[in-house]
Amino acid sequence: MSYAPETLQKGDLLPSDVQLLVNEKKKKSAYSYNARRSPYSMLWTVILSIISVIYVIPVILVIVNSFKRKAYISRNPFSIPTGKEFVGIENYVNGINKIGFFSAFLNSLIITIGSVIVIILCCSMCGWYITRVKTFFSTCMYYLCVFSMIVPFQMVMYTLSKTADSLHLGNPWGIIVVYLGFGAGLAVFMFCGFAKSIPIEIEEAAMIDGCNPLQTYFQVVMPILKPTCISVSILEAMWIWNDYLLPSLVLDKTKYKTVPIAIQYLKGGYGSVDMGAMMAMLVLAIVPIIIFYAFSQKYIIDGVVAGAVKG
Amino acid sequence: MTKRDLRIYFPLFALPTFIAFMIGFVVPFGLGIYLSFCKFTTVNDAIPVGIKNYQDMFKDPEFIHALWYTALFAVVSVITINFFGFAIAMLLTKGIRGTNLFRTVFFMPNLIGGIVLGYIWQLILNGILAHFNLALTFSETYGFWGLIILMNWQQIGYMMIIYIAGIQNVPPDLIEAAKIDGATGRQVLGHVILPMVMPSITICTFLTLTNSFKLFDQNLALTNGLPSNRSELLALNIYNTFYGRVGYEGIGQAKAVVFSLIVGALAIIQLVLTHRKEVQQ
Repeated sequence: MSYAPETLQKGDLLPSDVQLLVNEKKKKSAYSYNARRSPYSMLWTVILSIISVIYVIPVILVIVNSFKRKAYISRNPFSIPTGKEFVGIENYVNGINKIGFFSAFLNSLIITIGSVIVIILCCSMCGWYITRVKTFFSTCMYYLCVFSMIVPFQMVMYTLSKTADSLHLGNPWGIIVVYLGFGAGLAVFMFCGFAKSIPIEIEEAAMIDGCNPLQTYFQVVMPILKPTCISVSILEAMWIWNDYLLPSLVLDKTKYKTVPIAIQYLKGGYGSVDMGAMMAMLVLAIVPIIIFYAFSQKYIIDGVVAGAVKG
Repeated sequence: MTKRDLRIYFPLFALPTFIAFMIGFVVPFGLGIYLSFCKFTTVNDAIPVGIKNYQDMFKDPEFIHALWYTALFAVVSVITINFFGFAIAMLLTKGIRGTNLFRTVFFMPNLIGGIVLGYIWQLILNGILAHFNLALTFSETYGFWGLIILMNWQQIGYMMIIYIAGIQNVPPDLIEAAKIDGATGRQVLGHVILPMVMPSITICTFLTLTNSFKLFDQNLALTNGLPSNRSELLALNIYNTFYGRVGYEGIGQAKAVVFSLIVGALAIIQLVLTHRKEVQQ
């Protein structure tokens, strides 16, 4: 049974994927041939390395400053904290207590994971349904979804927060419904695009074999849509995890905060900002994402490419 | 036959998404258009006032300023992000050593949220400007270039990934044929690669254009419109109209409608323009 996942994956390949793989092989050979000839290759590596270092510096700078006494941070952000400037984890303790970081983190986690699961499940079903059932209604829904992708959030900002308020959706579970509604545009659009490319004969064969639509969907269509599910969940997760405005308007902020809201809350009000706590919280917000990225970067990057090509 | 079977499954397959879509988009959108013609402080006390909100909106000098500020910002960031994104993508498809590492590093800032990004760059830019006894909030120009640098740092990686996929789809035999015919490197780029990656250019300009017009979090965190709302982009201006002053909700909603029309029109014009340049493979 140990080889089962592998055979399953092979089964997932569509003709277009095979074509892509073949292209990739061709490309690789062409480019390595190129590289051998180019005398500048080494030079470019050096230049790109320097740019990479510049790219990473901002993150490192924040980490360095999170160990600095707060009075020194804005005065000299580029120095290494030594001697009396160094405060250990004081900033972290301070910041975590001030904004309740862990409960904010938990809220963010619940909202992001919950919304992504709900979006994937509901929108993939809906996307497949509107591609297969061509009625006036389903066509309307498709175009509404496409339209909703262009509309900026400010357009519905006020009315959405009032609607959510009157339906009592101001908690981490209620906001999942809002995210399903506002995220449906992109998800349904992408699922429709991929569902169109599934040969209808496969589904007909399943129906003839006695599957009802539900079984057909979960046992035949869903496995084929798996790559799309991954890229949609990555795009939606990147958006929801980092979203500030929607949760700040919809959630009951006295009870529930997400990570971006908690960080903005540090700044809120008048008077000086505790830069030490701010730096520490920025580090706590960034580090989990970077660790996650390090482990799943292949999926993330492929997901972005797939999303862009269809979008 | 199967179709009719499927149709009765509507409540199971499409209804949950449909209801949520109603709550999350259709109802707020419709209500928003209606309210833009009303004077109101809450949704229930709306009094229709015709197009007065739209007239008042253009008398607001801050809105006009934000409009031009955003337009300029969008133009500069679309050009710089796409230029650098494409240039790095070209380098990373040459088979240079360390390509995968570079790709990973350049994409990384995309995963960091706008609020966090804003505060990171506030620290750095203020640290640099402090050497000249200046600060980000001294002038709208500093805020402008600060946002441009921030957006470039964040988005170059994303666009680079899309461009890499586009460049890798150019058939190598096409480039080889051009070289055999005596095309120089620049000619290959201009006459073979660029036309072939036009679909990627369409997507990337679309994404950067709409992203820069809709930019909010970064603006809020980096300068929050300081000095005195001069570095305010459109999205932040609308937000402040809603939640900063009482009695301006109607005007805020009218601004939002105009904002949506601008973004929609620009997106469509841009898609048509670049789409026309795409070639068949």
